[in-house]
Amino acid sequence: MVARVQVPQEAKRGEAIEIRIAIQHPMETGFRFDLMGRAIPKNVINSLVARYNGAEVFRAELGSGVAANPSLQFYTVAEASGTIEFSWVDDAGVSGTERAAITVI
Amino acid sequence: MVTRPRRRFISVLAGLAAVPFLRGRDARAAADPLAPLVEKLTGGAPVREGRVSLDMPRLADNGHSVPLHLKVESPMTAADHVRSITLLSERNPRPLMATFHLGPKAGRSELITRVRLNGSQRVRAIAHLSDGSYWSGSAEVEVTESACLDAG
Repeated sequence: MVARVQVPQEAKRGEAIEIRIAIQHPMETGFRFDLMGRAIPKNVINSLVARYNGAEVFRAELGSGVAANPSLQFYTVAEASGTIEFSWVDDAGVSGTERAAITVI
Repeated sequence: MVTRPRRRFISVLAGLAAVPFLRGRDARAAADPLAPLVEKLTGGAPVREGRVSLDMPRLADNGHSVPLHLKVESPMTAADHVRSITLLSERNPRPLMATFHLGPKAGRSELITRVRLNGSQRVRAIAHLSDGSYWSGSAEVEVTESACLDAG
């Protein structure tokens, strides 16, 4: 799974920073059929967690109502320099992680 | 003598013409398809309108990926913040689209994502605040091509 995380490189302490993530994933609904008429099993990223220097700052439980290649934008307060790490898992049990570094001045 | 039955006939016609309007209004007021789900989510707690603003395009010509901008009025302090936000769809086969958990560390209670919509509907967002209250906001979206029609 390919993912891209966008975090400002530098931020002021106490500032709410914009964080974006986009993950390449079909988010199969389970309502579609393949060319042979067999149902394609549901497979969506069901949970996504963002941790800022190890502490959880954001968590999402997603369903089939989220568009394919899910993208999310949210905010978090810049506290200290370090990393923002995302981890997620889909219905097939495949998980992924992606991280971005941030410098707080 | 000819006019009287005609008058009655016309009044009956007028009455009949009003019937679909009356029924339509009743049906719309009574049937909130999300009511049972909302009650399950909140545990029966009252949900107030307001504080949540949901910004979506009025017309989405494709239901596969509809942008959604969600904002909750909240100072986002340790004492008063948004705990979670749930996105609900009236017409999707699975009405519960997503739940987002925020906290005082979020700084701003704002979120952007993209959703799938199965047809024109009112999309609802329900925010759970740290004081235990629930607030809701909604957006009406016209979808010309549903997300559930393709099979390829």
